[in-house]
Amino acid sequence: MNNVFVYIEISEHNKVADVSLELLTKGRQLATQLGVQLECICIGSGLDGIENQLMPYGVDCVHVFDDPRLFPYTTLPHASAVINLFKETQPQICLMGATVIGRDLGPRVSSALHSGLTADCTQLEIDDFDMKVKQGDEFITRHYDNQLMQIRPAFGGSIVATIVNPEHRPQMATVRDGVMKKEIFDAGYKGRVVRHNAEDYIDSTAFVVRVLDRHVEAARHNLKGANIVVAGGYGVGSKEGFDLLFQLAHELHAEVGASRAAVDAGWIDHDRQIGQTGVTVRPKVYIACGISGAIQHIAGMKDAGIIISINNDPDAPINQIADYNICGTIEEVLPKMIKYYKQ
Amino acid sequence: MKIIVLAKQVPDTHNVGPEAMTPEGTVNRSALPTVFNPEDLNALEQAIRLKEQHPGSTITMLTMGLPKAVEVLKEGVFRGADDGVLLTDRALGGADTLATSYSLAQAIRKIGEYDIIMCGRQAIDGDTAQVGPQVAEKLGLPQITYTEEILSCDGQTIVCRRHIDGGVETVEAPLPALITVNGSAAPCRTRNVKRVMANKHREFTTWGVADIDADASQIGKTGSPTNVKAVKSIIFKAKETRTLTASDADISALIKELKENNTI
Repeated sequence: MNNVFVYIEISEHNKVADVSLELLTKGRQLATQLGVQLECICIGSGLDGIENQLMPYGVDCVHVFDDPRLFPYTTLPHASAVINLFKETQPQICLMGATVIGRDLGPRVSSALHSGLTADCTQLEIDDFDMKVKQGDEFITRHYDNQLMQIRPAFGGSIVATIVNPEHRPQMATVRDGVMKKEIFDAGYKGRVVRHNAEDYIDSTAFVVRVLDRHVEAARHNLKGANIVVAGGYGVGSKEGFDLLFQLAHELHAEVGASRAAVDAGWIDHDRQIGQTGVTVRPKVYIACGISGAIQHIAGMKDAGIIISINNDPDAPINQIADYNICGTIEEVLPKMIKYYKQ
Repeated sequence: MKIIVLAKQVPDTHNVGPEAMTPEGTVNRSALPTVFNPEDLNALEQAIRLKEQHPGSTITMLTMGLPKAVEVLKEGVFRGADDGVLLTDRALGGADTLATSYSLAQAIRKIGEYDIIMCGRQAIDGDTAQVGPQVAEKLGLPQITYTEEILSCDGQTIVCRRHIDGGVETVEAPLPALITVNGSAAPCRTRNVKRVMANKHREFTTWGVADIDADASQIGKTGSPTNVKAVKSIIFKAKETRTLTASDADISALIKELKENNTI
């Protein structure tokens, strides 16, 4: 009862997704602060030993649903398992990745349990909450201890809202990959493993959607974990313009990212988009080339250590958050950076 | 086939121009123009293609919002939808995604028969992607989210190619089903001149809470488990910035400095 739960995403070869480990790290902090246990749910096929990847993050109980029909993920069977387990265990908090799976599953579970769900949280904290409610003709204040503050950007990143669900459980939140930090809690941590019989939780009629074909490629880059990011925007001007960015990135052992405008223009792959609807990065150095700095883009890179903006428009909004503004064109500046770096 | 397309009128948060910025550096939301939620247009396109492949099919749009949201119904009909319903009522205001989904599901029940419900993956004002799956759950339907293309549909089952993290997947679901369509799907065709002429003064069915047999405890602010505790505007304020020129001297000095303190 009242514990913190994390839904674990499991990829091919039964590897636990980074985002799930990041959520376990955050979940451990929340559980400790609340004085409750951290539990997690693994749903898939051939999951023997999966707990070994999870326990070091301080998990007190791993729930396993192992059935050949449960991989690859389909909505209804996974939702049934989570919903029925939650009815039994009554968690107070449930965290999921804001991934394709988490954003498919989370709303389904929250709707079935009539609990609040906040998407794409960037911070999760415990705090008290006072809610004004109307009673008859008067407003009274109701006090709630130890609620989950779900903090997320909204309105395209122009505001940050704090969401609370005081009267419904579990308090559900999704968090994007890379937003929280992953940290081992105790390499020798020992929690329990509970193996459930999938048929007790999932009706056979839930298996109506069939995955006919599936192609997953290993990530072609490590933008999320890069120390240095060289990112290009609409000001790069062309697909060829990005070649210069790749050259600089090669020299600096950096990764190349892009703004939505450059992706939409077709100059670079969608999976390199940085921003609210793309990847969130927090490199040591962020070199913004011809990026004007829409708020959606800034939402995905503002935590970079040093921001260098190269732009021939001195009034580009990104210049306001940059540490260095180089006023000039990409063609002019990047070759010089490469030249002096090599020296 | 009977297709229902859910659409939302949203503030254009993707194009925040200088005119929508306050002198304090925050976004004035009321100054943003409203648009047809982009991914709902992708959904409409998939619906129109289905209709073309299955002559005799109908597309009914459903939107919930202010009276002004009737504009998206009209726009949908200009592009190829047959009809539209506007769900509008002050009692629906302040709804979170769950209360919204309940209200939409009630309106869909009132519309009655359907084979496929389609909508955009998410709306650009909230970016939550929750309403589609929650409507599916309320109606007890299977769902296919992040759809990029409907590959086939025989009236009994639907096969979609959908985006997944790191790849693509082809899935088959029995009908009726709810499909959410991703922004990477084909863009929506533009208005058809003949349809614009014929529907310029088109009136649409308008329903309020009383028309959809809604439980008052599940709609609007009352029916919303989530509460907004605080809203903080993002302020774009300048920090200490050094401005450099593109000269050799400036750039070599910068690179030297970054190398010396082991930044690069």
